[in-house]
Amino acid sequence: MMKKEGQIRIPSGCAIAAVISKEGERMSGRPIMDAMRPMHDRSNGLGGGFAAYGIYPEYKDFYALHFFFNERATRKSCEQFLKERFEIVKSEIMPTRKIPAITDEPIIWRYFVSPLRSVLASLQLDEKEFVARTVIKINTEMEGAFVFSCGKNMGAFKAVGFPEDVGAFYKLEEYAGYAWTAHGRYPTNTPGWWGGAHPFTLLDLSVVHNGEISSYDANRRFIEMFGYQCNLQTDTEVITYIMDYLLRIQGLTPEEAAHVIAAPFWSTIEKRPADERERLTYLRTVFSGLLVTGPFSIVVGFEGGLMALNDRLKLRSMVVGEKDDKVYIASEEAAIRVMEPNVTKIYAPAGGEPVIIKVKEGRF
Amino acid sequence: MLINAEALDHRALNDRIREAEEPCQITHCRGQRFIAAGMGEKKIGIDGIPGNALGAYLNGATVTVNGNAQDAVGDTMNDGEIVVHGSIGDAAGYAMRGGRILVKGNAGYRAGIHMKEYREKVPVIVIGGRAGSFLGEYQAGGKIIVLGLDGGPIVGDFPCTGMHGGKVLLRSDCTNISFPAQVSAKTADDADLAEILPYVSEFCALFGYETEQIMRGPFTVVTPDSNNPYHQMYVSN
Repeated sequence: MMKKEGQIRIPSGCAIAAVISKEGERMSGRPIMDAMRPMHDRSNGLGGGFAAYGIYPEYKDFYALHFFFNERATRKSCEQFLKERFEIVKSEIMPTRKIPAITDEPIIWRYFVSPLRSVLASLQLDEKEFVARTVIKINTEMEGAFVFSCGKNMGAFKAVGFPEDVGAFYKLEEYAGYAWTAHGRYPTNTPGWWGGAHPFTLLDLSVVHNGEISSYDANRRFIEMFGYQCNLQTDTEVITYIMDYLLRIQGLTPEEAAHVIAAPFWSTIEKRPADERERLTYLRTVFSGLLVTGPFSIVVGFEGGLMALNDRLKLRSMVVGEKDDKVYIASEEAAIRVMEPNVTKIYAPAGGEPVIIKVKEGRF
Repeated sequence: MLINAEALDHRALNDRIREAEEPCQITHCRGQRFIAAGMGEKKIGIDGIPGNALGAYLNGATVTVNGNAQDAVGDTMNDGEIVVHGSIGDAAGYAMRGGRILVKGNAGYRAGIHMKEYREKVPVIVIGGRAGSFLGEYQAGGKIIVLGLDGGPIVGDFPCTGMHGGKVLLRSDCTNISFPAQVSAKTADDADLAEILPYVSEFCALFGYETEQIMRGPFTVVTPDSNNPYHQMYVSN
């Protein structure tokens, strides 16, 4: 049997891409799937995935839980577990198409749920915290069940395979979202399995990542103090929990969160104007355990926006392009040109300099 | 000869270039890597976006890109010339050991990292716009010339980190730029300017600038402080 993430280490790039409409115009999954084609050689077929925002408007008030189950019995017992905690308004097999490039798929299921008020009241938890805790509990304790997406009006779609094939498998051309992110995987430390493909998500937050984090264990030890469980021993997972902690729990802005995980060098901070110096020093000091070192380029998706960020030394490539209300992000310019040949502005953000794009208020 | 790259992967594209006897023009290029890798005695033009490691190990060919290029242009190139009419990504001229790279626009991070030279083999990079951080990182030889023609900061942070050979010439007085202790930055003298004149002239001829105007400078020349600037930093050597 093939070993899973964490049971084996394979020392070995990746491809990321994203698009967002600032007007909240919903785009099909076709352009982002096509964008991954010229970057085919950056991945090796051991993982591909997409996150899409604004795709479930008819169920926008419900959490969309995307599940992998290893067998029918697991799904049945997990469903029982869910019914004790949530009202399930819809339960269906994930629509997929059989293609030769994607094999050995688990049972892929989709639930739209709402936490039971009585359960929330007795636990004295807010809705998001309850959903996050429940998902972490399933992923930690329930053998053979894995929630790979649990946000509202968004969804992750991932598999073992090349990203363009994964997109075809999930019929992403049939969805319409105001923002899309994509990932092609070349696993560096762990084997490819369905749950280990990117994006990694928690609630509406998603992360696609190219790179390798040398601070993984330091970050893991810090974040696990706050109830998160890093089950997959893959570095991207910890970035997802860090971002959830900084944005949702601590209430930082995306820009402040970027200055925590990709904090400038002390020598750089010293040269900044006094108020900025004070702010950067505060963030770097208070959240020192969340500094992420090593090469990375990431795109973080959240309700109504995206953030692209490189490590402060910029050890991975990332290009940003703009045309009208659309912003495009990719590991390579070629990918952006596939999405929009006539992109008007194209630039490479500096290391540690976040690019944050938000959809206009009320448009998502 | 025209080669439409639309349906070709990098291997098939390079096969077509190798088979071509006359100068070839690649059209619809979309991120194919390793274009012209190791090639000598060829003239290649590119429309579209060439992929990473354009002209890797290039051995005498001339490659002209009519737009932007991506990362690692001229990786370990030995001879020949790469001309880019747009901007280039990170790590251009990585471990380059000969030939020339001329870029009209900007360069990303780490241009000229690990460049080297040996006797008559002296690689040269000319960047018309700005260079990103870590310009000339671990540079061991060759010349990197940055002209800063579009304004803005001519170079990002930490230029010449770990430099121990070669020269970096910046068309700026560099008052706001801090260099590491192991290098010295001085106003370029007549000999320095004479040394770069042929490359600046070629740049101006290619991209339509006035040589005389650009050579007025001011230029700052950066070189390692001594033959062994990192003596005892890591080991006693």
